[in-house]
Parts: sequence; structure tokens; C-alpha cells
Amino acid sequence: MDSYSITYTPVIAATFLGIGFISLTLLIANLLAPRVRTRGKESIYECGSPTIGQGWSQMNLRYYLYAILFLIFEIESVFLFPWTVVYKGLGPFAFWEMMLFMSMLLFGLVYAWRKGVLTWE
Amino acid sequence: MDGLFGLDGATWDIILAVITALIKAFVIVNGLLLAFAYMTLTERKVLGRMQARFGPNRVGPFGLLQPIADGIKLAFKEDVTPRQANFWVHMVAPMMALIPALIIFAVIPLGPEMRILGQPWTWYVAKINVGYLYATAIASVGVYGLVLAGWASNSKYALLGGLRASAQVISYELAQGLAAMTALVLAGSLNLYEIVNQQVSSGLPYALYLPFGLIAFVIYVIAGVAETNRSPFDMAEAEGELGAGFHTEYSGFKWSMFFMAEYVNMINISALATVLFLGGWWPIPTDAPGFIQGLGPIVFLIKIGAFMFMFIWLRATFPRLRFDRLMSLGWKVLLPIALVNLLLTSAVVALWPLGVWPFAQ
Repeated sequence: MDSYSITYTPVIAATFLGIGFISLTLLIANLLAPRVRTRGKESIYECGSPTIGQGWSQMNLRYYLYAILFLIFEIESVFLFPWTVVYKGLGPFAFWEMMLFMSMLLFGLVYAWRKGVLTWE
Repeated sequence: MDGLFGLDGATWDIILAVITALIKAFVIVNGLLLAFAYMTLTERKVLGRMQARFGPNRVGPFGLLQPIADGIKLAFKEDVTPRQANFWVHMVAPMMALIPALIIFAVIPLGPEMRILGQPWTWYVAKINVGYLYATAIASVGVYGLVLAGWASNSKYALLGGLRASAQVISYELAQGLAAMTALVLAGSLNLYEIVNQQVSSGLPYALYLPFGLIAFVIYVIAGVAETNRSPFDMAEAEGELGAGFHTEYSGFKWSMFFMAEYVNMINISALATVLFLGGWWPIPTDAPGFIQGLGPIVFLIKIGAFMFMFIWLRATFPRLRFDRLMSLGWKVLLPIALVNLLLTSAVVALWPLGVWPFAQ
């Protein structure tokens, strides 16, 4: 086996251990806990009164524009992470190029800001 | 080991690596859960003292057995799933919140590589080249737990809490990532062990790389508090508005799993901030004689402890933010500052190699 697998084997082993450990604990807790089903106990909490309509109600989601902006900046991060690693060896050209890229994104943020996307009306 | 049971040396290497990793991961998972238990006690004690009360002091000496009593009580609590909830998602959601929190710690280097009784010993489970990326990626999986919990409960409060949690976490993830990149540019590596090692060998934790390192450090910590849904950013579980937010419909052990996830995430954020900005086991040199190297993990844990105290202190001090102000802080203050800070840092790194920056010392 190459060194690559040796490096990542512990990560996979730890992941499986985490999943196994938590599943087992949940199982044990389920065996210990009492279970008495009554109608009132199993209803949804809404300040003591019966739920009006469905729990999955429609609501005005103000966050979806934030989510779109988030995607843009998250993709920027995808480009930035490898850049940070090799940056020292690349010289001034890498700096100016990333400067260009980031100022475009910064411009995008300023545009969204001016358009009122980030304001809660 | 060669030729044992007809397996070659390379296969044995893998098997040994897996066994070592499993033992270390088991110790870490249990250590984290123990730390969680006593963190709850510490929090109640410290909050009590800050409000001129005693906090729990009845169960055992100084209330030291309180977490154990709480744990036993929670294990014997009835675990209610609402009739209209989606059963499987309702059950998987707390696991999705807790498991990522527990396995992030595998890549945190607690101390320098050393030899104990002549055998090589490492204070981490895995040393991978994309250490920081792994930590953030796994941490992002954790937010699915909150969102799914909010959705699966089929409750209005829970749904709103889950949506708030997701909006908040994705907003602060950006500022946090950009702040961390300041440290990554200075280190030129994503490997957490390498990042610490560079700070230790240059004798300069990146938080002291003035002024950029300090700005990035402060942004990282603020964003970290928001990422873990801690007060004053605990909008997702604002009890005055949303009942209990995304875990309104949870009880018993599943409910406690959300709390474990929150506290373990606090420990993870503290550990990552220590690695990125406080230089891990700095000022213990990496290549010191064995005994002094052994102090490395202790120094690391003291730094984590200081962060945990800060989390409690913040909770005792600040009132909760309004949600739109919370989003404004993330998008209009922290994100632009972090971005400009990163640009300036990279300019400085290009012009002055690390350590020559005139204001650094």
C-alpha cells in the first residue's frame, strides 16, 4: 500500500468508530428509556394549544438571497484554499491575479449591498 | 511481523495503523464526552458565580457528581417522537449533528511528535495534508443535523429554528474561512501539524503577527461563537421566541445529543483557533528533549480551556442579538474586513518574508 492510504486510513477508522460509538449509545439509551405513548404527549408543541394547520407551513423565506451569495463566496474559497498553500512560491504574479479575482467578488458584494439584498425590510 | 498469517509487511502496516487509530479515536471520543459533561458543570458554576450565586453544589463535593447524575437522568428519560414527525429523519438528525463534531478532533495535533520509551508517539490520530479543509468540511456536515431536526419535527418553532441555524452558519462560515486563510497564507500549508510547527519554530504565533494576525484571530473567534450557535448568537434556540428552536420536539437522550454536539463543537473551534493563531504547543519547542515535549499537550489543553472560559464569559455578559443585526454583522462587517485583511496579508507576505515584517515583534 502507498503512503496515501496509510495517511487516510486512520481518518476512515476514526469516522467508523464515531458512527459506531454513537449508534451503540443511542441503542442502549433506547433500551433503558421507558415508553408510554399517549395522544397528548405525541402532539406537537405549540404553547399548549392544538396545532393550527400543518407544521410544515409555508413561510416567507428571506434567506434565499443570502444562500445564493453564500454559494458565490464559497466557490471563491474553493479557489483560495489551494492558492494559500502554494502562494509563497509563486511570486508577485499570483498576488495580482488573486487581487483581480477577489476585487471582482468584493465588487459583487458591494453591488448586492447597494441593491439592498443584505437589508432586512 | 513479516509473513505472519501469510500477510505481507505492507498489509500489517495498514492493520496496525487501523488498530492504533481506533484506540486513539476511542480515547478522544470518550475524552470529548467527559469534557462535555464537566463543561456543563463548569458553565453552571461560572455563570452562577458571575450572577452572585453558587451554582450546583449539592451532588458530591462541590457538585462534582452533578454531570453523572444528569447523564443517568437523561438516559432514563422517555424519548418522545411526535406522531406527525418523520421518524427516521427525526432519529438520524441528532446523530448527524454529533458524529461530525466528534471526528473532527482526529486531525488536531495536541503535541509534538516524540518518542516514549524509544517508540515513536504522535498526539494526533491522523496527519493529513488537507487537515484544515477536512475540519471545515466535516464541520459543515454538522449543520445538516440542525436543519433536518428542524424539518423532521413537523413543528413551526423547530422549522424556524432550523432555518435560522442554517442561515447563520452559512453566513459566518465565510468570514471564518477567510480569517483562517490569513493564517494559511502565512503558513503556506493546510496541514495542521505543519502550521503549528512553523509558528513554534519562528517563535511567533500568528495572533501576534500584528496587525493582520490579530484582526483575523478576533474575526475567527467571533465567527466561531456564531458557528456553534452560542450566546450571544444563539438565535436558533432563542427560548423567548421559538420555544427551544430546532430541538423543541426532542427529549431524552436525543435531546442531550444536540447539547453534546454544541459543546464538542465549542471544543473543536477552540482547538482550531489554538492551532491556527495561538501556535498550538508554543512556547514548547517541537524538538525539545522528551520530558519538555510532554508538556506540549498540557499547554495546548490550557489554551483550549481559556477559550472555553471565554465562551462562558460571553454568555454571561452579552444580550442576544436581533436576527437581522446578526446577519448584518456577518455580511457587512466581518466578511469585508476579513476579505481586505486577507488581501493585505498576502501583499505583506509577498513583500516581506515571514518574520521580517517590521511590526511583527
